[in-house]
Amino acid sequence: MGFNEKNKILTAGILLLTFTVYSFHLYSSLPRQNLAKADDSNGKLVWQEKNCISCHQIYGLGGYLGPDLTNVYSTKGPEYIKAFLKKGTVVMPNFKLSDKEIQELLGYLKNIDQTGKADPRTFTISYNGTIKQ
Amino acid sequence: MGPLSNKEHKLFKAYLLTALMLLVLGLSWGIIGSLQYISPGLLKQHFSFEKIRPLHVSSVLFWIIIASVGMVLTYLRSVTGKKLYSFKLAYIHLLVFIISTLGIYFAYISGNFGGREYWEFPPFFAVLIIAGWILFLINFISSLSSFRNQPVYIWMWMTGIIFFLFTYLESYLWVIPYFRKNLIGDILIQWKSNGSMVGSWNMLIYGSSIFLMEKISGNKETSQSSIAFILYFTGLFNLMFNWGHHIYTLPTAPYVQYISYAVSMTELFIIGRIIFNWKKTLDTAQKNLHILSYRLLLSADIWVFLTLALAILMSIPGINVYTHGTHITVAHTMGATIGINSFILLATITDNSEDNCSNLLHYHKIINKGIWISNISLLVFWCSLIGAGIKKAIWQTAEVQNSFSMMMQELKPYFIVFMAAGISLAIGLFCIIFPLMKMKISCIFKK
Repeated sequence: MGFNEKNKILTAGILLLTFTVYSFHLYSSLPRQNLAKADDSNGKLVWQEKNCISCHQIYGLGGYLGPDLTNVYSTKGPEYIKAFLKKGTVVMPNFKLSDKEIQELLGYLKNIDQTGKADPRTFTISYNGTIKQ
Repeated sequence: MGPLSNKEHKLFKAYLLTALMLLVLGLSWGIIGSLQYISPGLLKQHFSFEKIRPLHVSSVLFWIIIASVGMVLTYLRSVTGKKLYSFKLAYIHLLVFIISTLGIYFAYISGNFGGREYWEFPPFFAVLIIAGWILFLINFISSLSSFRNQPVYIWMWMTGIIFFLFTYLESYLWVIPYFRKNLIGDILIQWKSNGSMVGSWNMLIYGSSIFLMEKISGNKETSQSSIAFILYFTGLFNLMFNWGHHIYTLPTAPYVQYISYAVSMTELFIIGRIIFNWKKTLDTAQKNLHILSYRLLLSADIWVFLTLALAILMSIPGINVYTHGTHITVAHTMGATIGINSFILLATITDNSEDNCSNLLHYHKIINKGIWISNISLLVFWCSLIGAGIKKAIWQTAEVQNSFSMMMQELKPYFIVFMAAGISLAIGLFCIIFPLMKMKISCIFKK
């Protein structure tokens, strides 16, 4: 098939239409199974304001200097997290968070923990290369 | 392309000098960041890692964006054969960008964030970036006399400009509580926009690369050929639908994974084309290797091959589950931003200087050395990251795990190599950047 002007516009149009439909489908059907875990803690805003993602990961996305925190709430518990948030570590500064900010961050980490497991060991690989949990 | 007029030269000089300065800053922040990897707690009081990383990332991203805009404006003049629609709009765009960058730097240094990964600054600055980009869009469309029978790079630039605007706006959907409060949905949209946004600036850069390659080879038919458009549409297809490989492990609908996996495999066609054209590339290289901009383009070609091969492997979910969250992802990003994007942009800037300044010859030797140093260093840098990534992947999947800090301690030898190669890479790039900056400032016009 030669790419004359008509074919170019047709191909671009089909791609653009499919992309638009796919995008709006995703916007309107955000993962339903997690709607019950809607974040009402405002902790995500604190997470962003302190730029925690620079060093930490959520579902393997983020920085590499600190550990993934997706399931830290259930594996280590709130008191363990609080100790780090209050004092910092050799690498992590003490951000001098207020009690309210600490509670909000704990709320966020609790909510994200309930959305699923980020540990790669919990996945199985199918023969066709896809993965499922 | 003929020599630029004085007015044009001043505009492009302003763009390219701003971009090069951002690259110098980005590399410098990167060196500090790598030192913090091997010396935990370094500069913790005032310049801890959560400040250094965004300073590095934003500087490098802005280098890529502003240099791409500068090159598109420069080459557009050559394609249309006419002056830009508005110099004023181009200057206002640059000014808005410089003001935003200064503000973003101030925000980061004072610890004022509020944004998200790669765009960590307070959302107010995004309004300025979007406003500037709309001016660029107006200037681009108005400078084209017609959309009919345009070469592939005009399609690519147009796609890049429109999709950057769309994906950048999309990346701020989180300010609406409907998106932000759905924790998984929000991450899905964030990486959908980020993934496609990378594709959008790649369109700007690859478009300029095709333009430059065509100019060097003298073959004006390449950019109108069917194969050029098939490759363009393959790229566009991937830009739109392959972003899911960032979030395979996120608990989303399975079709997000299937679509991305299937679409990413179409990139095999691109890599096949590179291998098929290898001999032709080598023949062209023999003829043009004396041209500095060609050497940089050839370097980028090698990095396209390496980065694409790694990207295709990482797009297979069964492999991605191991590489995700490890330094292999960083290796891929570095290969793409330095090996491909930066080398192509430096090639276009060098070409612009070769065309318009008569004093390039003085710097031929040092730039050539810089090309060699940066390529070898980048390869070592890339391999050290892959090594660290493999080691972390083994740790992530081990039945019994050491603590995170012990694992990081074990990765230290890789980080030392990564830091040393990073410094050497920066030196290599400085050998290219500083002569280009010096030349741009003191350019003696070719008459």
